[in-house]
Amino acid sequence: MQEKHTMPAPARHYFWNDPDKRALVFQIIVTVAILGLAFVVVENTLSNLEKRGITTGFDFLSQESGFGIIQSLVEYDETHSFGKTFIVGLLNTILVSVLGIILATVVGFLVGVGRLSNNWLVARVCGAYVEIFRNIPLLLQILFWYFAVLRTLPSPRQSLDLYDTFFLNIRGLYIPAPIFQEGAIWIGVALLLAIASVWVIKRWAEQRQLASGKTFPVFYTAAVIVIGLPLLAWFMTGQPVHWEVPALKGFNFRGGYAVIPELCALLIALTLYTASYIAENVRSGIEAVNKGQTEAAFALGLPKSRTMQLVIIPQAMRVIIPPLASQYMNLIKNSSLATAVGYPDLVAVFAGTTLNQTGQAVEIILITMSVYLLMSLLVSLLMNMFNKKMALAER
Amino acid sequence: MMTSVNNAEMAGSDSAMIELRKLNKWYGDFHVLRDIDLTVRKGERIVICGPSGSGKSTMIRCINRLEEHQQGDIIINGREMTNDLKDIEQVRMEVGMVFQHFNLFPHLTVLENCTLAPIWVRKQPRKEAEAIAMQYLERVRIPDQADKYPGQLSGGQQQRVAIARSLCMNPQVMLFDEPTSALDPEMIKEVLDVMVELANEGMTMLCVTHEMGFAKTVADRVIFMDEGQIVEENEPESFFNNPQSERTKLFLSQILQH
Ligand SMILES: Nc1ncnc2c1ncn2[C@@H]1O[C@H](COP(=O)(O)OP(=O)(O)OP(=O)(O)O)[C@@H](O)[C@H]1O
Ligand SMILES: [Mg+2]
Repeated sequence: MQEKHTMPAPARHYFWNDPDKRALVFQIIVTVAILGLAFVVVENTLSNLEKRGITTGFDFLSQESGFGIIQSLVEYDETHSFGKTFIVGLLNTILVSVLGIILATVVGFLVGVGRLSNNWLVARVCGAYVEIFRNIPLLLQILFWYFAVLRTLPSPRQSLDLYDTFFLNIRGLYIPAPIFQEGAIWIGVALLLAIASVWVIKRWAEQRQLASGKTFPVFYTAAVIVIGLPLLAWFMTGQPVHWEVPALKGFNFRGGYAVIPELCALLIALTLYTASYIAENVRSGIEAVNKGQTEAAFALGLPKSRTMQLVIIPQAMRVIIPPLASQYMNLIKNSSLATAVGYPDLVAVFAGTTLNQTGQAVEIILITMSVYLLMSLLVSLLMNMFNKKMALAER
Repeated sequence: MMTSVNNAEMAGSDSAMIELRKLNKWYGDFHVLRDIDLTVRKGERIVICGPSGSGKSTMIRCINRLEEHQQGDIIINGREMTNDLKDIEQVRMEVGMVFQHFNLFPHLTVLENCTLAPIWVRKQPRKEAEAIAMQYLERVRIPDQADKYPGQLSGGQQQRVAIARSLCMNPQVMLFDEPTSALDPEMIKEVLDVMVELANEGMTMLCVTHEMGFAKTVADRVIFMDEGQIVEENEPESFFNNPQSERTKLFLSQILQH
């Protein structure tokens, strides 16, 4: 006890020597600085706007827009509000993004696996694809597909056609559209029924494998049921769904769906560009799996396809998914290049036309940025969940 | 299951399990295997040794077609190895292999590692495959690790899992490619013990190893390879005590030094 008093006094603890406290202080300083800066900017902008007599607030969203949009997934014309304009733009952005993500993933995986093919030609073609599309600016690619390819197509009268059902001309791509009549609901019911029974069959097949080792061709059976049942329902309910094939009436096509060339160009460019990056991710993911894994699987007698499916891909996925998420986000953000060819996406109709007409830059830019932020966060969230699921398989 | 019938004398010399005839292989211009002739009878235990780069791995990897040979014949259990995928898969089902670096599947548990091939290749019911796998895991003395992932095991344990995984396919022959050279000394013994047990049960084995103690206890024959050729082969007794060629003598003096 005595000795304790004679011991040298402990060195004084300054709080800035404590990493935790120091970090806290820095965080407070940074937060205050950012808030202060934001306050100054908003203050300044508001007073500037006021001085120039520009209205602020979100009232403009209910005003009549006064302009039409060439593609709209919901009912829309110039008598609708700017709020509706926003919805139309948002849906158009979502449309091209979702289609782009699906197509880019499919193309990316095919090309990525193709690059590793033993077939010299396939590997080379896939390699060339990646090098070309990755190294040309995306904007240039969009302009290429729009102006150099789609805008040089013949007029509707000289359309390129496939079996007289699909038509491609300078006005866009025309594809058949389903027309639903009374009774068509039963086809939907049949489809749901088919999906349910496939689920049951899958469970049954798993049970049977457990018990007897016999495998069941679930995939083919599922394919037959999912196609067969709705088809049967279609016949039995008197064929209530028809395909309306586009037909040339006067100077243009009527009927079917018309895919405007702006969407085609943007979609093709986004897909091919993003797919080239995804292909690289897939390739490096597969290459990251140790060669010994393939050899061990082969040595056990697993055929090549099963080795891919059961051993290589599950391990590669953990390397592929994180960069895949950022490619998806890039695609969504890159879709705003739509403006270049006049595809009416969110940026074009809202941060473009609407902003020009109302002048309410702050609100509109804020809304638009928030929307992109939200979409990116959503993708990130979904991919994180997926990643967790794959990662759990390891440990 | 494995037969407990002990060994080479019982199986007549006509019951060759593996036959390599005038096997030749090149990597580009490099002649890795030169006129290899080798017959392995049922139940025979063979140890292959030789300096690094002499083609030991290449030779045993030709047997299950992890490497393709260019000349000569490989006949396994009466089946000639051709380019036919069905032949190759059949041979691979009958020939187990253990690698230097274990090559367990890291995304699957120990048990799943052991049941993957029986379920997908042998089409065994999962329950049955799991029961068999547990038997083998017991034999290699790690049944309690069945639900762990390979990354959670020591090297010695991983190698024993790898042996169990091969055995689950009920192979006729086991190939070992330096199964202990990636292990810390204290783990070598636990793996060798398992291999000795396997040998005593009458498994046909081809084992590339420099563990001379193992060779002396279980091998029926020791084969010495150098520069892609089988330079010398003999019973362990004569091989170690009375090597014929200069190269063998040099090699033995080198490895017996430490
Ligand atoms: N894929 C390949 N391409 C070119 N050369 C190769 C290849 N694989 C092996 N070789 C060469 O073939 C020779 C034999 O290799 P192998 O792996 O069979 O030797 P080893 O006897 O097993 O040697 P170690 O004791 O080092 O494992 C070596 O010289 C090696 O460099
Ligand atoms: Mg080797």
